[in-house]
Amino acid sequence: MVPITYYLILSAVIFTIGAVGVLVRRNAIMIFMCIELMLNSVNLTLVAFANQWGNLNGQIFAFIIMAVAAVEVAVGLAIVMAIVRHKDTTNVDEIHLLKW
Amino acid sequence: MALLLFLALALVALLAAVGMVTSRNAVHSALFMLVNFAVYAIFYIMLNAQFLGVVQVIVYAGAIVVLFLFVVMLIGGEIGAVRSSLRRYTYAAALILGALFVAMIGLGIAQTISTDQTVAGAPAAGGVEAIGMALFTTYLLPFELASLLLLAGMVGGVARRYKALDED
Repeated sequence: MVPITYYLILSAVIFTIGAVGVLVRRNAIMIFMCIELMLNSVNLTLVAFANQWGNLNGQIFAFIIMAVAAVEVAVGLAIVMAIVRHKDTTNVDEIHLLKW
Repeated sequence: MALLLFLALALVALLAAVGMVTSRNAVHSALFMLVNFAVYAIFYIMLNAQFLGVVQVIVYAGAIVVLFLFVVMLIGGEIGAVRSSLRRYTYAAALILGALFVAMIGLGIAQTISTDQTVAGAPAAGGVEAIGMALFTTYLLPFELASLLLLAGMVGGVARRYKALDED
């Protein structure tokens, strides 16, 4: 059996890769993908802990996170499409309507 | 055996994640993300979460990656990838912050749970029956709220679409 520490370290590293990607990439779609990566690594942590403690709470939590992630992607990509139609760019440096 | 499988899969997941973040082409990024999600599905099955493994394949590897690929196809990948001079130090700063973050979490993991590796209870089987029982009894309210959220997301997407059609 694989120790839970390995799963935790792996998901921490992948979460950090996602966070670095959010900071580095300027394409809104790429930022969305990085957010999905981070959500997935959190799910892995929850499932690993659920296995460790021998109950299902973590799995249910991960399941709800999946539902939220699906909604977030659908709405977020609709917003990206709308922005592309208006401003013809997905570069988040050029989308600063809410920033003064 | 399980450890070897884990290490090999972890390497694949890590390489896919790095490839996703560094890839110039958005389609390649989406495919790297698909590899990452598939490896996660195998991890879930290894962790006694069979139902979540299947859901991971259906929802993430199926629906979400396809959605991403559709949008990339519609708006044509990397639009406006202009390097701004404000962003000169972003890479170095992000890498340093990332390394610090991993070190912080690693320290926390090492301090808290490296001593106790025992399984607290019998491993719970995450099959459809067990998940369903938990979801429709103890976690009924979060389940219903999630369905409400899905409905709101769907209505929001459709409404956004009709608004865009009106503007044309």
